[in-house]
Amino acid sequence: MKNFAYAIAPDISSASEAAVQGAQLVAGGTEILNWMRLGIVSADRVIDITRLPELSSIDRQGDEIRIGALATLNQIEGSDIVRQDAPVLSQACLLAASAQLRNRATIGGNVLQKTRCPYFRAEAATGDRMPWPCNKRVPGSGCSAREGDFSRAALFGATEACVATQPSDPAVALVALDAEVDLVGPSGSRSIPITRFHVTQSEAADLARTREGRRLLGGDAPETPDALIENRLMPGEIIVAYRFSVDTASRNSAYVKLRERESYEYAMASAAVCLDQSAGQVRQARVALGSIAQKPWRLSGAEAALSGQTLDEARLTSVLATAFSDAEPLPHQDYKVKVAQGAVRRALTKAGGSIQ
Amino acid sequence: MSDGIDRRSMLKGSTAALGAAGAAALGSASAQAQDVASPSGTPNVNTSITLNSTSRSFAHEARVTLLDLLREQAGLPGTKKGCNEGACGACTVLLDGERINACMTLAATCDGRSVTTVEGLAAADGTLHPVQRAFIEQDAFQCGYCTSGQVVSAVACINEGHAGSEEEIAEWMSGNICRCASYPQIIAAVQQAATEMEG
Ligand SMILES: Cc1cc2nc3c(=O)[nH]c(=O)nc-3n(C[C@H](O)[C@H](O)[C@H](O)COP(=O)(O)OP(=O)(O)OC[C@H]3O[C@@H](n4cnc5c(N)ncnc54)[C@H](O)[C@@H]3O)c2cc1C
Ligand code: SF4
Ligand code: FES
Ligand code: FES
Repeated sequence: MKNFAYAIAPDISSASEAAVQGAQLVAGGTEILNWMRLGIVSADRVIDITRLPELSSIDRQGDEIRIGALATLNQIEGSDIVRQDAPVLSQACLLAASAQLRNRATIGGNVLQKTRCPYFRAEAATGDRMPWPCNKRVPGSGCSAREGDFSRAALFGATEACVATQPSDPAVALVALDAEVDLVGPSGSRSIPITRFHVTQSEAADLARTREGRRLLGGDAPETPDALIENRLMPGEIIVAYRFSVDTASRNSAYVKLRERESYEYAMASAAVCLDQSAGQVRQARVALGSIAQKPWRLSGAEAALSGQTLDEARLTSVLATAFSDAEPLPHQDYKVKVAQGAVRRALTKAGGSIQ
Repeated sequence: MSDGIDRRSMLKGSTAALGAAGAAALGSASAQAQDVASPSGTPNVNTSITLNSTSRSFAHEARVTLLDLLREQAGLPGTKKGCNEGACGACTVLLDGERINACMTLAATCDGRSVTTVEGLAAADGTLHPVQRAFIEQDAFQCGYCTSGQVVSAVACINEGHAGSEEEIAEWMSGNICRCASYPQIIAAVQQAATEMEG
């Protein structure tokens, strides 16, 4: 990691302006320090955004909970407001990383973390030093994960160019909560649904042909743009907060994370469920899956199919079979479909649902 | 940026870009160029921390992590570097009382804050912290490489109230990997110290 100039941002607009000019923003630093070490990004200037008051605090106004982007995963996990009215988010934060990392990791930086694909995370100061192909590191070089050993490859939305997944746990909960992301950028502020924040590789390929896509790519049109665009955050945009409404389903919500080791490990697959069920009947279910696509994967079809129905074993089995009928696991990764379906079942039960 | 370019002018440029209001709010310690040479290059930030109850000031390169600052500039090698990527916990220290990975923390971001390392746990007269004693009594290490991180993490784990059961300790101590797999003894040590500290 080469040295850089360092300054603390006094306000959002100067942070945003610095980012437009190529500075890297740092919040907890738990992702970007590794990117700089590996050569994924390089910075001449680093701007510390941790002292911006607009980005902190967790509060509730009426039926709306607002989580500032600088809230750490441990603060969110331990917040009484979140535990009571959106346990799915509290649990997702608790099950992420380690106690130490959660004291630094912010939820603003969390949704911007990059894939854990080991080929992507090679140490190479410059593209020509990459030991193997990776389209996310060197556009057009190829994808090593397709032939290699990457057990967290996508089931949905991947392309020939890239099969990476978004590893965030909190983002999956935010998607099940239908949260809005408040952004401030060089051209003002806007809010977008978190369900539209991340994009899969195939969505990125389509997006690259639009004006929005060209802006996301910074004007260039490289080969395999589908491996490069991962979200809709515009250059210089800052995540200020997430907002979501509290409802019966959010109060009865749960997060289940299945992984190769019991703690301090990324998910193989995870599920966030918000469930409103009364007298055995599902009134509303919101279901999102993690680590199986480059974005938290909402099971909208399954949600509609369960609405107004009882949660019986036969129906659940058929709904889940339909939901995964177009999954495209890499060879030898069929088991991931079962793992993901199991996560949904367990999360439904953990959210208080009784499967008859 | 090649080493030929003057980092101080670079830094001044960046401060100017933040605007006049910004420069005023940047504070005294955050963005001052320094002329003092340090082992790892030309310092371009100055960081003041309360380190193990003593006020200390360091001129260093902005890229320096808290871990490297502690080991190489503060003369405190008790905090270990295992993975240098957040994956092992050997570098655990307390920042304003909260446990963090020193390898994932830029030293500059700690300006004005307080840091406790394993060297700061024992009393001034050398009496060991209850957690340190419990690790010895429970034989909670073999090679010892992970131990300072485990001990600091355990202090925080107990203070947080996360030492209620074996399961809870295992979960809340999972950020500290022990390659020698002394886990059962570590859990026993945390339980012993928790009983003593809470009792
Ligand atoms: C060993 C290890 C294990 C982990 N395990 C998990 C896990 O199991 N589950 C999980 O979900 N995560 C896991 N993580 C990831 C961790 O949660 C993220 O690294 C962390 O949340 C990122 O937040 P940060 O504040 O540290 O981001 P930083 O590293 O400071 O920033 C990351 C990026 O986001 C940008 N950024 C940060 N905040 C904002 C903002 N408000 N607006 C705009 N841009 C911003 C930065 O500019 C940078 O580009 C793990 C990390 C490590 C190192
Ligand atoms: S292109 Fe995507 S899946 Fe392929 S090696 Fe790179 S990050 Fe991994
Ligand atoms: S050295 Fe910091 S976590 Fe391994
Ligand atoms: S005692 Fe050897 S790594 Fe823990």
